[in-house]
Amino acid sequence: MTVELVRGQNAPLPQTRLEIRVSAGKPIVAGATLSDAQGKVRGAEWIAHPGSPQLPGLEVSQQAAADHRLAVDLEALPDPVERVNVLLALPVGVGGPVRFGAVAAPFIAVTGLDGSEVASYTITDLDPESAVVALELYRRNGVWKVRAVGQGYAGGLAEMLADQGLGQSREIATQILDAVARGMARSVAAPPPRTAEGDRVRHTAATAGSAAGDHTAGAPQPPATAGPAPAQPPTTGGPGSSVPPEQSTADGINYAHPGRRPAAAAPPTPPPTAPPAQPGQPAQPVAGDATGWSMEERLYNQVWGMFEDLARTTAAYRSAVDFAESRMEQELDKVLSDPRSRIGGTGDAAREAARAKQTALVDQARAVLDRDLAQLKAEAEVVEPALPPAFAAWDNPVWQAYRVPMEIPMALRLGDLHLPESADVRIPLLMRLPMERGLWIDCGRSSSGSVTFHDSAELHRLAMDTAVAHAARLLAVYPAGDFSVHVIDAGGSAAGSLAPLLQAGVLAHPPGHGAAGVTEVLARLTKRVELVQMAIRGGATDALPPDLDTGEQLLIVHDFPHGFDDRAVTQLRYLADEGPAVGVHLMLVADREDASAYGPILDPLWRSLLRLTPVPDDHLADPWIGHAWTYQPALVPPGSSVLQQVLAQVAQARREWGR
Amino acid sequence: MTVNMTKGQAISLQKSDGGTLTAVRMGLGWQAAPRRGLFGSRTREIDLDASAVLFADKQPVDVVFFRHLVSDDGSVRHTGDNLVGGVGQGGDDEAILVDLQRVPVHIDQIVFTVNSFTGQTFQEVQNAFCRLVDETNGQEMARYTLDGGGQYTAQIMAKVHRNGTGWTMTALGQPANGRTFQDLMPAILPHL
Repeated sequence: MTVELVRGQNAPLPQTRLEIRVSAGKPIVAGATLSDAQGKVRGAEWIAHPGSPQLPGLEVSQQAAADHRLAVDLEALPDPVERVNVLLALPVGVGGPVRFGAVAAPFIAVTGLDGSEVASYTITDLDPESAVVALELYRRNGVWKVRAVGQGYAGGLAEMLADQGLGQSREIATQILDAVARGMARSVAAPPPRTAEGDRVRHTAATAGSAAGDHTAGAPQPPATAGPAPAQPPTTGGPGSSVPPEQSTADGINYAHPGRRPAAAAPPTPPPTAPPAQPGQPAQPVAGDATGWSMEERLYNQVWGMFEDLARTTAAYRSAVDFAESRMEQELDKVLSDPRSRIGGTGDAAREAARAKQTALVDQARAVLDRDLAQLKAEAEVVEPALPPAFAAWDNPVWQAYRVPMEIPMALRLGDLHLPESADVRIPLLMRLPMERGLWIDCGRSSSGSVTFHDSAELHRLAMDTAVAHAARLLAVYPAGDFSVHVIDAGGSAAGSLAPLLQAGVLAHPPGHGAAGVTEVLARLTKRVELVQMAIRGGATDALPPDLDTGEQLLIVHDFPHGFDDRAVTQLRYLADEGPAVGVHLMLVADREDASAYGPILDPLWRSLLRLTPVPDDHLADPWIGHAWTYQPALVPPGSSVLQQVLAQVAQARREWGR
Repeated sequence: MTVNMTKGQAISLQKSDGGTLTAVRMGLGWQAAPRRGLFGSRTREIDLDASAVLFADKQPVDVVFFRHLVSDDGSVRHTGDNLVGGVGQGGDDEAILVDLQRVPVHIDQIVFTVNSFTGQTFQEVQNAFCRLVDETNGQEMARYTLDGGGQYTAQIMAKVHRNGTGWTMTALGQPANGRTFQDLMPAILPHL
């Protein structure tokens, strides 16, 4: 039974213990004043505000926020109180909006303690006002009622308080807004509460606990692992500090499941805020400066933001350069066709002027591009070290401190992208997980023809190395047992590239060799796809055989279509079509030329796969402008043993998981 | 504070404190067609569209409209197509945001236009307006009322052009006819 109030309308209150919820798009101050039968606020002690949030029977938020919950117990209010005025105000001196006309219409709801809504009111028609009496709860003939007031004050809190009969209204208003500004300054200064570092440490502790078979472990213990100390969120102690939910239990038992995210309803930790820019200087970039519910999501969005910004700023530059060229050509043509230019030096001067104009414009465009690139480069320099393993390059130290994760990450880094104008700004190419399409590592001749020095065998080996690096990364970022890799190596020629996977023992089955091996592996995966499909279509997922591996599966096919007969090709196409929906993915290492005998029948197969190259190649386009980006695969630096270290941990975790 | 602009009037987009504008929004609002009697769904909806054409030395370089919501360089963004209009409460139903600092160096004029995609003339549209807002603080700088615009289906609203270091806006208010900005190109060119 909700009443949507309009201005001036009232409604009876069925209960005396209530909650008042406020939501506005921007941080606002919520408070309340108490007044007597004459409508007068008797003193400062009758005002609940962030600096003094609790009164008998009334509690308000301790800081400015976009959402508030105010608690009211009408029976506990001091005796002479006949009315509670719920007020909203915009914080002053913090750089936010200064009038309600510039924020979304505030919405306010009165609910019972069980959350049932009694009445709601959207305060519209505000414009220059910076403070507003939203609702009043008042007693009439012994019965409490609520009325939608919506009375705004352009003069702000001071004017509002004066209107309620308060003598020293100006001082009190200043006091309230000071308290709010202090609270806001504090929340801005606090470092990000959940850095990537803190996140990783949390996983580490949880993993250590489960590895020891100690599933009853309580709160994640402060880990004594190597690596930099976690950036503990400084609990500012006083009111207004925001303690992230996961770490709020300092000594008690943490009932949160270590591998589970807090429910979506839980408030996300605030994103890190870039420090205010120096005048005339661009703001210092901060890792995680994007929207998202977790640090991981923020970093993911930030990387995509950088990708789009680089695409667009390059588009602006190219457009300006093209324009400068075409204008110069037009002007030169005009000079050529003008008979007067043949006399004396006028033609030369005009030509010179046209060239100077072109140079000036290109220089100007270049300066703008350089400014933007410098900013993006600075951003990349803070973002790269903050990336979690799944997003990080193999040479990132985060891989040295690798632990088997408990959760599937949002995305996986496949490599880097850059444009010719900006070779030193590299954007991580992130693929969303779980995979939606398979991968094709192209060991054919590069389409751009830029790489001719690799002979065919060398290119095949590089392609298989790349495939193994991608597969190892996928194995590493999935929780133990959630991801399995199968290999078809009909010719048996990929043993060298497969060595890291074979030595660590992380393959689900030995690689399939020869025609028999091809058939065996394909049959195994086809059966799995069919079983899971049947179970899902029949709604009988609990009827799957208990030995069926329900994790995601990746099939690496080396040197396709070597060793494949027509039947095997058909089976592979079936896996490509039906597999992704049930968690079976392909990674083909192939030269399309080798499969040309099959004709156009394989075209849909190639199209369904994301083509990657073992060597830098400019075949990927961005979704905004369609620039050709040079892709560079994420490869393990030569001589580094990080892959072996990571796979050893993966293997150990798989053994323990399988026990 | 708001200037009700008249045709041909030019205002410099300098802030009152001397700083130049960094971001402006061209907002377009109109009242949805009233519902008619029994077969209310057969009401002829009014779909006005706001567009911005970016010119470099009188050549169109890029355009932002409902099929291309962001200019390639990212400096001009359309908030999305509104097919029916608002309830006439004065809010923007479509808006184009221009980040003047990010406009590429060769772009020297941006022309804003309004078209009636569904073909109603401005005489049939209630409470239509177009306004220019300083996006940094929400201050309305100029407003143009479209009602009573006569038997026209389009209007070339205003242009923002470079003047030395900053930008100037000139109200054009040139009535025209056309379904999308392409139809207006001949009418725009004389104003560049």
